[in-house]
Amino acid sequence: MATAKLTFADVALTVNVPSGTRIIEISEKIGSGITYGCREGECGTCITRIVEGMENLSQPSALEERVLKDNMAGHDDRLACQCQVLGGTVKVRPG
Amino acid sequence: MPQAGRARPGSHGPEAVADRVTWVGALDPDLRTFDIILKTANGTTYNSYAVRGSEGVAIIDTVKQEFTVDFLAKVEAVAGYDEITTLVLNHLEPDHTGAVPEFLRRAPHVEICVSPRGLQVLKALLKDRFDDYKVTVVRTGDTVSLGDRTLRFLTTPYVHWPDTQCTYLEEQNLLFTCDLLGCHYCDGRLFNDKVGDFRFSFDYYFDHIMRPFKRYVGEALDLIEPLNIDMIAPGHGPVLRAHPRDYITQYRRLITKRLASETGDLKTLLIFYVSAYGATAQMAEAITEGAAESDDVRVSLFDIQGGDVTPFIDLIEEADGLVLGTPTINGDAVRVIWDMLSSLVDIETKGKLGAAFGSYGWTGEAVNMVEGRMQGLKMRVPEKGLRIKMHPTTDELEECRDFGRRLAAHLAGRPMEREIDMSALLGG
Repeated sequence: MATAKLTFADVALTVNVPSGTRIIEISEKIGSGITYGCREGECGTCITRIVEGMENLSQPSALEERVLKDNMAGHDDRLACQCQVLGGTVKVRPG
Repeated sequence: MPQAGRARPGSHGPEAVADRVTWVGALDPDLRTFDIILKTANGTTYNSYAVRGSEGVAIIDTVKQEFTVDFLAKVEAVAGYDEITTLVLNHLEPDHTGAVPEFLRRAPHVEICVSPRGLQVLKALLKDRFDDYKVTVVRTGDTVSLGDRTLRFLTTPYVHWPDTQCTYLEEQNLLFTCDLLGCHYCDGRLFNDKVGDFRFSFDYYFDHIMRPFKRYVGEALDLIEPLNIDMIAPGHGPVLRAHPRDYITQYRRLITKRLASETGDLKTLLIFYVSAYGATAQMAEAITEGAAESDDVRVSLFDIQGGDVTPFIDLIEEADGLVLGTPTINGDAVRVIWDMLSSLVDIETKGKLGAAFGSYGWTGEAVNMVEGRMQGLKMRVPEKGLRIKMHPTTDELEECRDFGRRLAAHLAGRPMEREIDMSALLGG
């Protein structure tokens, strides 16, 4: 199974995860400060800064793009409940 | 005709607050609890304003649903619906938008101006009718012209909902702030230089509505302070026409950290504990010893059984980290710890470091429960809570010191990097 390294900068923890894992699946288990509301890409609560490895994430859906825009997110931001880690290394921090 | 003191609901007609700016809000003097969390000894007002320009009339915010008839009567007294071109919704909470559906039924042609995040709530408010109306999303710097009057928008999120914004009437240096700089104080005389002494209500409102969002209040003030301001017209309470900048100064004072001048670059860590037989106390002292070895961190230790929760909340608000120690009693953390955790909704906790520890005799659920609550408060909990069965041994006390050292390292920004497999999180 393809794997990836997902680092949460705010708690200094790297988790080796299977490809396809969504960031929110891990963050809530390890005590990262990333929080969520709906988990369905609607509320924008889980906006997360991608410090490294944006290219290793799944492309945002039209829904995610709209929610990011509505919430005035930056170019380095994604929704932790929506984007999947596809491989390589990704480093994130709560937005 | 301005009325003295309290007024009955709906008994106050429209009143000019500035040239071609009219108050068309509602009085609610008998309200005694607002939004469940605020006591309102003097009731409240739902302020709405009509601004008349040479080429249109704008309505700034509306009122709570039960005052709709009263509100519309005031609107109709100052403008025909065909004259009204714009409805500005600075904040979509029901106490300001209850009258919106009926207003729109009567003035379906108006342009509704909301902030980007206000759009989502407006859709939920109007449901199937949303597409029937013209809605414009406005951001800082955008303007709407009423001919010889101009409304300029300032996006000021999280004071106190994500959607909040302010609207500035450029030609008259008049700022409409909705909940920002407001208070729950009902007085038919409307203006701050006419009503009774409402300072207590102004600060109380800040403490319960704005305090958890101090960071965002600061960003809003950064936008507001450079403006020329002759009057502030909030969504609740008196219109601030006498010394309006004093109220901005008071907000700036209320958001300013008091401990920063003493601690400088030091990070602050507060450790609170409750102990039934002294075991959790031993852990607390050892954790404190370990954390205090760091030159970058100022550590404070408190037996919370010896104090009221309320003053500690002030300390926690300015601290960088919070550690709670609790024994497990009847499968739960003890009441005073829950009291403290429930009180933290009044302050901003997002991003603070959190950690939990405790001694237990049988099952030891309390530490996990406290950690869960800390995450719910949007704190980061980088170290798994420390649990020790019964009294700690010498080795276990050293574990406690290590726990304190690691927490201090996280606070100081030099944590030991760790790597685990996902299976470890799943219990595999």
